[in-house]
Amino acid sequence: MEGSQALIQIKGLRDGLLVSLGDAEWSQARAALLEQIEAQQAFFRGARMALDVGNRIFHVNDLAELRDRLSEHGVTLWAVISESPTTEKTAQLLGLATRIAKPRPPEPAPILPQEVGEHMALWVARTLRSGTRLEVPGHVVIVGDVNPGAEVIAEGNIVVWGRVRGLVHAGAGGDEAAFVCGLDLSAAQVRIGRVAAFVEDGSASLRREGEIRPQKVIVKDGLLRFEAWQATLGKGE
Amino acid sequence: MGAQVVTITSGKGGVGKTTAVANLAVALAADGARVVCIDADIGLRNLDVVMGLENRIVYDLVDVIEGRCRLRQAMIRDKRLPELYLIPAAQTRDKSAVSPSDMIRLCEELRNDVDWILIDSPAGIERGFKNAIAPADQVLVITNPEVSAVRDADRVIGILEAEGKGTPSLIINRLNQTMVKHGDMLSAEDVLDLLAIKLIGIVPEDDQVIVATNRGVPVALDHKSRAGQAFRDIARRLKGEQVPFMNLEAGSSLWERIIRLGRK
Repeated sequence: MEGSQALIQIKGLRDGLLVSLGDAEWSQARAALLEQIEAQQAFFRGARMALDVGNRIFHVNDLAELRDRLSEHGVTLWAVISESPTTEKTAQLLGLATRIAKPRPPEPAPILPQEVGEHMALWVARTLRSGTRLEVPGHVVIVGDVNPGAEVIAEGNIVVWGRVRGLVHAGAGGDEAAFVCGLDLSAAQVRIGRVAAFVEDGSASLRREGEIRPQKVIVKDGLLRFEAWQATLGKGE
Repeated sequence: MGAQVVTITSGKGGVGKTTAVANLAVALAADGARVVCIDADIGLRNLDVVMGLENRIVYDLVDVIEGRCRLRQAMIRDKRLPELYLIPAAQTRDKSAVSPSDMIRLCEELRNDVDWILIDSPAGIERGFKNAIAPADQVLVITNPEVSAVRDADRVIGILEAEGKGTPSLIINRLNQTMVKHGDMLSAEDVLDLLAIKLIGIVPEDDQVIVATNRGVPVALDHKSRAGQAFRDIARRLKGEQVPFMNLEAGSSLWERIIRLGRK
């Protein structure tokens, strides 16, 4: 037991176990891993396992064999992380993930509040599609659309250089001085602090109608106010 | 080298995935290509019915994967086109009987023997969908000009991009130009404006599709059908040909409709 723990490291992740192999020979590491699984069957049964193999090179047979062995113990091999492109390719061939803790793509790595200061904002240069949720502990600038079914939640301001047809929530921490700007907010669900506005006619939200009018939304007297987004409005802020 | 694996998916159900697979397969095979369709909708198989091959099923996809038969034994040859085959879904099992790596293995085995592998994805974004997209070289997302279908297509495109499958191409199915004109339906431009991916075809609404589906004769075989023409055009675009988009206006004119009535 003592020995096998030095050869492999097992860590719990949000969505499974991460097993990292040390520098030992693969045959030794493999034996150690299976030994651990046998020893603690109750713990491993039904687990999802990601395997970090460092720069070892694996071919399809090795990985397929390992996967089958693991599944005999009720362990699902779900990902293989490697620095070797050959191994990555092998894993992909078997339909295994090659990256873990893979957030939904438009979510950038979590940003600590102190990194996003008063005068800084997160820059997102892509369209946010349905099902995407972007949470930012500060301001955010999006160059692209916010599609219906996408959500942007920011503690600071939200500026969208694009069409907003999803949900945008500025001042999510309760700051009603926050604002939302967008090139087209006519089909957006806008919330600022604790004040919300809903789209009147959801079914028309995909239709392009009339001219695009850039708008800015602020809270005034406890209500959301949509105004034209003009350069002059930005002065002094 | 080897076959192109094309998966057709949509997120939402009932937008025409199965119809599209059957028609693209028929169109490609009628042009001389060797084509295999795989119905990945385990438990709710349809593709066999649409292709009129239901009565010929002996083995299915799960039988192959679980080793009860050889791959060749589960490939049902089409009645009309000798180079078109179907691997049907199992009706009595569910999605968990198949894994993404099973699908990849299966397609690898087929790759050297055929030119095209078309996979009919189940609706949804869960296991069955993951199975269907795992082996794909190329994905076609199909949608109707309806808000809910477009929303689901958008979600699916986001997932495909996240899975590193590249940006899929779009088929807009069942577009009714008359309704678009009256402002009762989203136009192709509205849909493209939101989804912002490459359009590979627009299939006009056509009653013949329902007739054809019920008869088990894909509409792409019917040279009078406009939907059939649209599917044949998509098949040619898949092969890399430059095919101009058909004029949808013509199909909805009064004259065209009178002519079509006269044909019946």
